[in-house]
Amino acid sequence: MPMGISCCAIEMMAFAGPRFDVSRFGSEVFRFSPRQSDVMIVAGTTTYKMAKVVRKIYDQMPDPKWVIAMGVCTSSGGMYRTYSVVQGIDQFLPVDLYVSGCPPRPDNLINALMKLQTMVQKGQSRGGSPNYGGNPGKDKPEPLPAVTG
Amino acid sequence: MNNLVVEKLKARFGESKIEASEFRGEFTLVVPKEIIVEVCRFLKEDDELKFDLLADLCGIDMNTPMKRFGVIYNLYSLKNKQRIRLKSFVEEEDPKLPTVTSVWGTANWHERETFDMFGIVFEGHPDLRRVYMPEEFEYFPLRKDFPLMGIPGSIPLPKK
Repeated sequence: MPMGISCCAIEMMAFAGPRFDVSRFGSEVFRFSPRQSDVMIVAGTTTYKMAKVVRKIYDQMPDPKWVIAMGVCTSSGGMYRTYSVVQGIDQFLPVDLYVSGCPPRPDNLINALMKLQTMVQKGQSRGGSPNYGGNPGKDKPEPLPAVTG
Repeated sequence: MNNLVVEKLKARFGESKIEASEFRGEFTLVVPKEIIVEVCRFLKEDDELKFDLLADLCGIDMNTPMKRFGVIYNLYSLKNKQRIRLKSFVEEEDPKLPTVTSVWGTANWHERETFDMFGIVFEGHPDLRRVYMPEEFEYFPLRKDFPLMGIPGSIPLPKK
């Protein structure tokens, strides 16, 4: 789910385009419907007003699902230390990976995506809500192994 | 041209109502809020002046005990290629001005923005709602007494 909110979205387009070509790394298709998506890349400054929309789209994605916070604005508010910008989308979304940069280079985003693939392969990230993964009897799922590399 | 504007306005509205000044080539008129609509309409419809474009309308918080808030109208005349700035001030207890949406349709959203940011009420505006901030937001962010980081908890976030 390309959640392109502002200028990071341009780099996200480059990341999908022919020059950087993310499809080389096994992740090709941008889906513009949350129902067909499993990763949401939040690319851009998230205001309080937009936060509700981002959360709504995230909630519409089927489990398992992951979130990449692209750029400093999404990760921490970045240079927008003001009343209107959420100081980090992890206040209302479970974020799996933060990508640094303002905006991050497309290579950096490719790196994040490959890292996410590794995390999923190693079972370090289940994706989605903390309760995902079955076990209705248990309150909390088993703790995840520590992330390395 | 500027002198012509002042002469015409003073002849029409009276000597004491119009206050003109020039600073570094920028011409400003201060007008009481009661006649702002008539002044605007006059400037727009006068055949010689024809200030037919409202380039911008914005608010200002002077943070003074008297005449704290102001509204600034930046006009442009396509015919004469001339710019002019109108100002009108209101008191903090009664931040109300008549709307100029009847003169320029553009003023609609500009006045909504000014209302959203400063809480200046434009009387007679067809649809005075917030533009940027959420509808239920209670403060006016560009006022000088509003903290930069906002009021914690004033805008709810979705639950994690």
